[in-house]
Amino acid sequence: MSDLDQLYQQIILDHAKTRYGSGLREAPAGVTSGESVQHNPVCGDHIRLRIQLEGSTLKNVSWEGDGCSISMASASVLSEMAEGIDREEFLVILDEFRELMRSRGARPGDEEVLGDGAAFAGVSKFPARVKCAMLSWVAAEAALLAANV
Amino acid sequence: MSSALPTTQDTLPRPLNDAEASRLRADFPILGRSVNGTPLTYLDSGATSQKPTCVYEAEQHFYENFNAAVHRGAHSLAVEATDIFEQSRTDVARFIGAKDNEVIWTSNATEALNLLTYSFGNASAGLGGETARAFALGPGDEIVVTELEHHANLIPWQELALRTGATLKYIPVDEAGALRMDLAEQIVTPATRILAFTHVSNVLGTVIDVPALVALARSVGALTVLDGCQSVPHLPVNVKDLSVDFMAFSGHKMLGPTGIGGLYGRAALLDAMPPFLTGGSMITSVTMEKAEYLPSPMRFEAGTQRIAQAHGLATAVSYLSEVGMDRIAAWEELLGERMLTGLGSIPGVRVLGPGPGAARIGTAPFIIEGVHPHDVGQFLDSRGVAVRVGHHCAQPLHRALGVVSSTRASTYLYNTTSDIDALLNAVADVRGYFGVGK
Ligand SMILES: Cc1ncc(COP(=O)(O)O)c(C=O)c1O
Repeated sequence: MSDLDQLYQQIILDHAKTRYGSGLREAPAGVTSGESVQHNPVCGDHIRLRIQLEGSTLKNVSWEGDGCSISMASASVLSEMAEGIDREEFLVILDEFRELMRSRGARPGDEEVLGDGAAFAGVSKFPARVKCAMLSWVAAEAALLAANV
Repeated sequence: MSSALPTTQDTLPRPLNDAEASRLRADFPILGRSVNGTPLTYLDSGATSQKPTCVYEAEQHFYENFNAAVHRGAHSLAVEATDIFEQSRTDVARFIGAKDNEVIWTSNATEALNLLTYSFGNASAGLGGETARAFALGPGDEIVVTELEHHANLIPWQELALRTGATLKYIPVDEAGALRMDLAEQIVTPATRILAFTHVSNVLGTVIDVPALVALARSVGALTVLDGCQSVPHLPVNVKDLSVDFMAFSGHKMLGPTGIGGLYGRAALLDAMPPFLTGGSMITSVTMEKAEYLPSPMRFEAGTQRIAQAHGLATAVSYLSEVGMDRIAAWEELLGERMLTGLGSIPGVRVLGPGPGAARIGTAPFIIEGVHPHDVGQFLDSRGVAVRVGHHCAQPLHRALGVVSSTRASTYLYNTTSDIDALLNAVADVRGYFGVGK
């Protein structure tokens, strides 16, 4: 597979179209939620991501934003996988994803931990695109902090 | 003699052609490299140009033979280095039609524009005495820019307005990105003190009607500041013909090294302006309480200067002059037309900017429906085609055009029609690759 095909795996292109979680959802009254806006200064892309929580369980991740296929697919993967998992578990996945992005192509993605997120292994060979892949994850991290649980 | 060839034959510049451009390429070794297994097609000269060997050889020659601090010390090297430094200034000044003492070295256009705005800010704070009053701004005064500007010719003016209480206004563009000259007359008023605008849009490549804006500024007594970043490298530019008061430009976009650029200013204005950076090399006498400043250009060149870089830039402009700026401009116009027409005929591609008839340099901004510019750029890179993606430091313009970002291909003298064709072929495959538009 060429580097380009490794970057644009079919899973990524599919997620970029499906955009799981796309469309910001209002948290119902009494439900804890946190929100964050992140910008990619290179292209002007942005994402606004909101997480609803029940205790320490992530209940609903929704977002709105405009960006390249990598950033949109990444937000979609994140939203799909975060549903119903514990905050601590999510932070473990986030760490794993961040390590993968920093690996400069040296790591295969751990599908056990990352699920569809493992398909982003090819992104780490393109340092200019790591920011795109990380955008929604950084937003999620900040949103959890903002929710303050 | 054929009567079909009118008398304009002498006056119309003869463009370069593919054979000549290909010969020039030999002076730019980097253009011979490959990326991702394919030959490089460099179409990002709008961001920075490649450099001919003579430019960095000139720098090396300087370091090997003449390196010394200029305007200081009496030893032979210092004298020779000073000569080279000042001769470089003369060469670059000539290139833009300025007098020797009217070019101040800066590290780039961004620094040139900041120098100007900080100098005006200092004048506004009361520095520089009686002569500097002309540059002092305050509440009620207006600074006018355009919606086309690169952030480098916008944010320094925003900051100056914030520091002085002056008001910042702008001439908008229409939905195609053409400057609303019809509105300019209402926006520029007797309260306007400064009109700052770009000569050529770095995103659209369109050439702005400088004489019209200069006349407008004159009619209300405002100073004119031209951003020459995208014009000086690509068009014959003469500051006296254009009649602007100031002009900023960057060496790295015109075959020169990084780290060198300039600010042109009319001598009388420069000598009246308070300095921005202060310190060594810009004074006549200093006591523990105060200092007297040298006239321009040295009053604006505090500290040890970029000597080898200035020499490199002078070498670059002599290279450009030898090829001929009018021939370069005519060649890039041809390449630009080929690019714009070619892109426009690819399904799903929308070229940004005013339609045919608008004067443009070899710059083509475009959108591919359904594919984000970042993905477009990545795909083109896999084919060896280097273009710029993003907002190109012009977010307000992109907003006015109704997009967040775009892809921009930009030419220079060393590009050939095969570069354009490589771009067009790659662009034609983008939607298929991303499964869009099937
Ligand atoms: C029109 C215009 N103005 C200003 C600049 C800033 O130039 P520099 O980054 O060299 O200071 C650029 C460069 O991109 C430009 O294209």
